[in-house]
Amino acid sequence: MLLGPALFVSAVLFALGVAGVLLRRNAIVIFMCVELMLNAVNLTFVALAQTLGIAGQIIVFFVMAVAAAEAAVGLAILLAIFRHRGTLDLQNIHLLKG
Amino acid sequence: MPAPLVLFWVFAGLAVASALMCVTRRSPVASALWLVVTLFQTAALFVLLDAQFIAVLQVLVYAGAIMVLFLFVIMLLNIGRAGPSDIKGPIGLAVATLLAGAVGLQLVVLLHAAPAGALGLPAGAVETAEQTQGMVAVVAWPLFGAYLVPFEVTSLLLLAAIVGAVVLAKRQL
Repeated sequence: MLLGPALFVSAVLFALGVAGVLLRRNAIVIFMCVELMLNAVNLTFVALAQTLGIAGQIIVFFVMAVAAAEAAVGLAILLAIFRHRGTLDLQNIHLLKG
Repeated sequence: MPAPLVLFWVFAGLAVASALMCVTRRSPVASALWLVVTLFQTAALFVLLDAQFIAVLQVLVYAGAIMVLFLFVIMLLNIGRAGPSDIKGPIGLAVATLLAGAVGLQLVVLLHAAPAGALGLPAGAVETAEQTQGMVAVVAWPLFGAYLVPFEVTSLLLLAAIVGAVVLAKRQL
């Protein structure tokens, strides 16, 4: 019954996450928007688990584990970048930009 | 409209509104706190979708652990104070709106590709399983049965993340 609305809401949340990644310059905020997208995908999995079996909820469990690992390593990288360059503004981090 | 649907739209509206605030607030701390609100609303949506255990995990792991880590790093780097705005100008806004709108439109179109009714479980099957087996057991049995190997690999992943985070964040190796 709630499948259609849940998929719609997760599409909106995912699009908001994409907008955040494109709109912001601060690396930490971009990272948070990526978490928002992961969360939207989790909502899709849980909604589909209602009709397609409990495996969807188990995949959400794994997504959370990956998100935790990603947050730990990603924030450590951001810390290292900040220590190295003194900023997290992606406009100023352009080592690969010809 | 049945009560769960009303509740669903209330929580969904709050989730979308706070996600919007998260994307548009200038201060990273405000963004992080609005993201916490979104995560809580999503946990409520999980409860409405018969995933109580996942909802608890969402609050404990996501809103609890991961967002505290984010806030901790924001405060550690002292970027929370009001500086120049990190939101891009009108061109960036237009590009972001356009591309995000395109992605959202594609995902909404995908709604019509929802699985055929014959493929799915009968309505309320997960709910009945939760009532007969318990809401943790219904997740735990497949997790420690069919998905045992991925579960064990997850522990390796977390170990690698711990080691990687320590190595990366250390001042001198």
